[in-house]
Amino acid sequence: MKIIATQQRVTAFLDGEIDHHTAAAIRLEIDEEIQRNKPKTLKLDFADVTFMDSSGVGLVMGRFRIIQPMGGKLIVSNLSPQIYKIMQLAGLEKIAKISKREDVSYGKNQ
Amino acid sequence: MEKINEIKMTLDSKSVNEGFARSTVAAFVSQLDPTLEEISDIKMAVSEAVTNCIVHAYPQSVGKIYICVTIFQDAKVKISIRDKGCGIIDVRQAMEPLFTTLGGERAGLGFAVMESFTDRIIVHSKPEKGTTVTMYKTINGRAGQ
Repeated sequence: MKIIATQQRVTAFLDGEIDHHTAAAIRLEIDEEIQRNKPKTLKLDFADVTFMDSSGVGLVMGRFRIIQPMGGKLIVSNLSPQIYKIMQLAGLEKIAKISKREDVSYGKNQ
Repeated sequence: MEKINEIKMTLDSKSVNEGFARSTVAAFVSQLDPTLEEISDIKMAVSEAVTNCIVHAYPQSVGKIYICVTIFQDAKVKISIRDKGCGIIDVRQAMEPLFTTLGGERAGLGFAVMESFTDRIIVHSKPEKGTTVTMYKTINGRAGQ
């Protein structure tokens, strides 16, 4: 995972498979940058995520709970159709700006 | 229903095995020539069920997870995931979306995901005895697209 951090915005480029096992390390890394920068916006980019289960939803919800009291916004972008479906199931569009992958046909990143 | 093929595996309830479990089941089902979406659905459902065993069934210890995947005629797949863990007191409540006993980083979506990404799910559970989650999915496959 690559993270680009400024005091305006922290962007985490998530990659690979996100499950209960891998989410723990991802969480630690993102939270460290949030605490260091206290950004106005946290962006989670899912372009290179090949698999995600509901642990990924927990990851997004958990980061929202951290950034919201700081007055920060959350953006979740480049979701595959599958991941978008599970984020919608959780009602995440109520807490974050979520968007699907553009110009990528389904399955290309699977 | 006539059985065509079957695998059984037993895993330790260690989180590192989550990826192994879903990939193995997906690899077995791939003989039915599923679409990428169907494969992804199966991986997601298996991942949720196995994670439940690790997080909920055996919270303080490492136990065994028993997975059985059966392929029946007409590309019907049955996936059964069983543990001998603590069991669920109220299955109906556990299956409600967003219900979680853990809070924090768990979304409470495990069963909701299993329900949405398979055709049918049956949950049997006895406190102190364990839980069996059985999921059914018919693979229409790439030929059926």
